[in-house]
Amino acid sequence: MRKKMRLLTSLLALLGSFVLVASACGSSDDSSDDGGALTMAIVAPSASDDLAFSQSMVDSVNALDREITLSITDGTFIVEEAAAAIRGYAEDGIDVVIAHGTQFGASLAEIAPDFPDTTFVWGTATDTQGLGNVFAYSPASDEGGYVNGVVAAAVSESGKIGVVGPVEAGDAVPYINGFTTAAEAGGAQVSVTYTGSFGDVALAAEAAQAHLANDADVLTGTAQMVVGAVGVAADAGVPWFGTQSNQTSLAPDLVIASQVYHWEVVLEEMLDLRDSGTKGGKAFEINLANGGLVIEFNDGYDLSDDVRASADAAIAGIIDGSVNTGA
Amino acid sequence: MINKLLGGLVPFIAALAAFACGAIMLVALGANPFVGLEAIFDGAFGSGDRIAVTAVRATPLILVGAGITIAFRTNVINIGGESQIIAGALLATVTALALPDLPAVVLIPLIIVAGAVGGGILGAIPGALKAYASVNEILSTIMLNLMMVQFMNYLLRGPLIDPYELQAGTRIPQTQRLSDNAALPSLAGDTRLHLGVLIAVLAAGVAYVILWRTPIGFRLRAVGHSPKAARAAGINVKRNITLALTISGSLAGIAGAILVFGSEGQRMVTDGSATGFTSSAGFNGIVAALFGGLHPLWTVPSAFLFGALLTGATQLQRVLQVPSSLAVAMNGLIVIFVISSSRVRSWLDKTLSDSKLFNKQDDADSSHEEMSQTNG
Amino acid sequence: MGDFFTTSVLVATAASAVRLATPYLLAALGETIGQRSGVLNLGVDGVMMLSAFFAYWTVLETGNMWLGVLVALLVGLMMGVLYGVITVFFEATQGISGIGIFIFGLGFSDLLFRQQVGTPKPIRRLPNIDIPLLSDIPYIGEPLFQRNLMTYAAFALVPVTMIVLNKTTFGLNIRSVGENPQAADSLGVSVERTRFSAIMIGNAFAGLAGAALVLQLGIFQPHLTQGMGFIAVALVYFGAWKPLGVMGGALLFGLVNAVVLQWKALGIIPVSISDLAGMAPAVVTIIALVLLARRVNAPAALTKPFVRS
Repeated sequence: MRKKMRLLTSLLALLGSFVLVASACGSSDDSSDDGGALTMAIVAPSASDDLAFSQSMVDSVNALDREITLSITDGTFIVEEAAAAIRGYAEDGIDVVIAHGTQFGASLAEIAPDFPDTTFVWGTATDTQGLGNVFAYSPASDEGGYVNGVVAAAVSESGKIGVVGPVEAGDAVPYINGFTTAAEAGGAQVSVTYTGSFGDVALAAEAAQAHLANDADVLTGTAQMVVGAVGVAADAGVPWFGTQSNQTSLAPDLVIASQVYHWEVVLEEMLDLRDSGTKGGKAFEINLANGGLVIEFNDGYDLSDDVRASADAAIAGIIDGSVNTGA
Repeated sequence: MINKLLGGLVPFIAALAAFACGAIMLVALGANPFVGLEAIFDGAFGSGDRIAVTAVRATPLILVGAGITIAFRTNVINIGGESQIIAGALLATVTALALPDLPAVVLIPLIIVAGAVGGGILGAIPGALKAYASVNEILSTIMLNLMMVQFMNYLLRGPLIDPYELQAGTRIPQTQRLSDNAALPSLAGDTRLHLGVLIAVLAAGVAYVILWRTPIGFRLRAVGHSPKAARAAGINVKRNITLALTISGSLAGIAGAILVFGSEGQRMVTDGSATGFTSSAGFNGIVAALFGGLHPLWTVPSAFLFGALLTGATQLQRVLQVPSSLAVAMNGLIVIFVISSSRVRSWLDKTLSDSKLFNKQDDADSSHEEMSQTNG
Repeated sequence: MGDFFTTSVLVATAASAVRLATPYLLAALGETIGQRSGVLNLGVDGVMMLSAFFAYWTVLETGNMWLGVLVALLVGLMMGVLYGVITVFFEATQGISGIGIFIFGLGFSDLLFRQQVGTPKPIRRLPNIDIPLLSDIPYIGEPLFQRNLMTYAAFALVPVTMIVLNKTTFGLNIRSVGENPQAADSLGVSVERTRFSAIMIGNAFAGLAGAALVLQLGIFQPHLTQGMGFIAVALVYFGAWKPLGVMGGALLFGLVNAVVLQWKALGIIPVSISDLAGMAPAVVTIIALVLLARRVNAPAALTKPFVRS
């Protein structure tokens, strides 16, 4: 049956008459190692261009300084579906499979041992579950949260700041903790609302409205549903701080800064290790010090020089260890 | 004979038409439709392992579908599958957490029963609300779906969270790895085909027996057929309405237990949404049941078909880089086309044969008619 | 708790409730009309998602908000034609065909968004329009009369729907084919045409609901509605098939949501139980219905396809 399918695939590929047909016929299994570009795949829970978590990984892989053939399966927030995709990529002989979701870890523990030649990259996670062919990655998102918090407290006039989060879990927690620590140290009062949903844009928007009603004049938030809250901030003319991806495009005049995840810093290290024969077994963290976390300020927002200086001081302090983010 | 043959072909033609629409969408996306359809097929049936995954994906649909059959035959609509699956999964998880050291022969039946109880409670609530407080079951089941998601998030983030997650600060809302004694054993070597699939098929059989071979089923169907007549015959209508939704919920609850203990991760995890855990089985199960003509046994192949589409969709995205939402849209079209075709079928029956002898519609058709009378 | 009972916070909460209620109200009013004619449509959520996407896309491309509303209305009408053909001409089972429409809308809107737009880009949001004099009334002026046009339209459609259903021949026809299609048919009312029209209107309302949602948010994202359409269907049962009751249900649901969010913002609801608090809108809706204990019968022919004997 499988043989027949393969035959059919090849035939159809022939009919497809693309440029690559010749090479596809040459190797009956077109995804096996052909010695050329490294093949990578990403399995991500939300849309690959969500301006948040998933996009951060796609952007990072595209920023890698290597020749890479990348395939993406996105929107697989159903864990079992993601597991099927991860296994499928490994079966196809993809070199590096990125399971971009903490919740995929349990499935990965079952899949990875079946494919010892494949490198799996999993995050956000702080350990590799003892698996020899898994690299783990996590963001020190409290660091960017802290820097954003410093600036937020400085620009807030009412001294009240609102935070919109999805569910109190995952990397939303350290980001919000870091943010709160810094903002409170700066004399501001921080109020956190978890809407209970990663997808409910309308509820996130109203959560932002509720903060505004309580005199908040600076907002931030995490996860993909915050696009609704950014819209509210934009309408009210209230500054916004982003995280995960650069969210400036959502409110070009009002996003002050975004903490952006540059996974390529650690991905590069992982690929180097793989080249030298180590398939996994190590956990990485992106942070301000290694350049994996970058606070991208929006030039479209006129931030005063001394506030910018205090942000830079916070960044420097976190890097040299003199500042404690409280997370 | 000829009209039977043609009649049987109509749903297939309808499904083909839906696939043709899917092919058109693929062309519009600049992809080769044949490669796409082949990818779906290959993803669902391409290897023993994939067939096993398809069967595993079909499992909750079979259970929910069998439950839906019982509810709809009693003239109540159960759109609360999502909440019942979650409740069953939660109670089964708590059971395994509390009694991890029981031997598998005891623990596995126990978690299945716990799942049934959890789901049953979430079925009994809308049942009792409908029977004794005249709250429409569509309203209450939709509201209970909303509630159970939040309740699941609360438990997995708070009381049930893996202590390691708190300690490491990663705080993934998931339980610790549950007892291996509760893991559903594989039925076929290394594949994912686990005991849950067998349980589901058996449950569909039990649902069939209950409905047509026991006095309970007789009473349920009597209530479904005409509450007035049933009451006149001395049947307690209220109790039977509650019972129908309770059984329906229990079957969905078993699906929840199987989702946890047949998963690769052997733990319960949430992404904050219901669908992230249930894969919308609470809704897809309704579709599977109605496709199977509201007959518990026919629900099995029907669920398998939908399991195949769902599994194949993942492959479609991997091979062609086409969003898997295309397959979701196509699923919708298949439902619409096939459900419309039952009318075409009866027209065919009428035109092709004047004889009463050949005009006997099969079970699927007549049950569609019955379904249309639900919710009085 | 004291923070909550200040004028500004109460007013903001009420305004939030009205905003949240708007898409529910529009969709539920449409569903009411359909159900009164005997047709259950579980596909509202799918129609809302599709129309929300098309409204969003239109505004993104043209910048014209009203064109967006018009397109959403047309998408609603088209889906109405589809649903009408399925349920009236093909006499298909309504429960399952509605779920088919829902699944189709879910998948197709997602597909289109990814192909045509991709990254969520903001569009202009509906501006609030103050109604002269009324908007200055203390307490109720801001929540009720400083809203956007879609909200005004939604609430204006409540009395319109009441009048159409109760005072016009068309409304009488809708009710009669929903209660006893055989009798209506024998009196010369075209059951098919009446139901078809009711379905078209109902879906057009769902289209408007999608437009209202997306234009209030100013952004689209896959699966934007998050089951709102299903809640709208539930609200029809809550409102006992009466426009005023449906409006009460939509406002109650919106209000509980708004209060919960406000309490979370004020810290009255601690983060540790924020999910439990999220259950409140659904719980309150069910309890309210139990306490009201109205024994209202559904339209007698609801979900029954009409077959002329």
